[in-house]
Amino acid sequence: MVQHRLPSNYERGASSNLETDTANPEKKRRGFDVTARGHTRLDHVRESSPAPWRSEDQALIDRLVAGDEEAYEVLVRLHGGRLFACARRLLRDEQDAKDAVQEAFVSVHKHICTFTGNAPLGAWLRRIVINHALMKLRCRKRQREECIDTFLPTFDAAGAHERTPHTWQESTDRLMERNQTRRMVRAMIDRLPESHRTALMLRDIEELSTREAARVLGVSETAMKVRLHRARQALRTLLLEARLAVDEETR
Amino acid sequence: MICREFIELVGAYFDGELDAGAQDEFDAHLACCVACSLYLDSYEKTVELGKAAFRDDPAEEPPEDLVQAILNAKGPRAR
Repeated sequence: MVQHRLPSNYERGASSNLETDTANPEKKRRGFDVTARGHTRLDHVRESSPAPWRSEDQALIDRLVAGDEEAYEVLVRLHGGRLFACARRLLRDEQDAKDAVQEAFVSVHKHICTFTGNAPLGAWLRRIVINHALMKLRCRKRQREECIDTFLPTFDAAGAHERTPHTWQESTDRLMERNQTRRMVRAMIDRLPESHRTALMLRDIEELSTREAARVLGVSETAMKVRLHRARQALRTLLLEARLAVDEETR
Repeated sequence: MICREFIELVGAYFDGELDAGAQDEFDAHLACCVACSLYLDSYEKTVELGKAAFRDDPAEEPPEDLVQAILNAKGPRAR
């Protein structure tokens, strides 16, 4: 067994989404405080200049390219847990997730020379795992998808809301304090039609950019945006229908 | 702008992708439509709940059987 050394700056999450965040610098959205939403990964990038992952990643890559097999085990143990979790979120099946990660690492082992260093190693690996996971999703027997339209808002002939929309009176932090919320939200995401669930997972949970998500799904960026919007709208309806702590006065 | 058009733009608004003209129309409608402001609030909370439901998944070591399978499966290097 090789004693693996974890570089000190590889705390959880530090490297997994940097490409997305750096490619998406502080988009200003009126009415929302982007930076107050806990985009700590971006903070990590800002505070750590010059980018610390480069030297750590590069040292590991240099060893891998030189054929150092111990370095390969370091790589697997360092990133395997996060990559497995990512594959499991997308595939919702332990064995399929393991297969996807294994296949991804075989590909990484073979093509490590193609790592350019443009993205952090963690982000590069994650994209490969996502590709392999999506290939598995596509191979699954296609099930007839429920039509998303049933979860979308309805309007009258003049284009006004047919019914006053519901919302939650409590903050999301308060809602998340309830034990069942986390489980229920995940369950409702699982109820989305598969193509929409995947879109939502890639963009909102795995935090790929629109371009990246569109590319791995093989759709246009416009189609990706529409699919994500529909998925969020449907999830909203499902969560409200599930009576996720909705304030009765708003119903 | 009518509600139906506003709701179609909520995703782009949320992701900071509206151009200036659309943003102005969006803001003008938002300022005078209670129903759409409620919808926007619920949309934002939905996205936040989705993110929060997956945040702080416990950091796991990769399962040992997976690590061993990966180490045993490596093929020849492309040169």
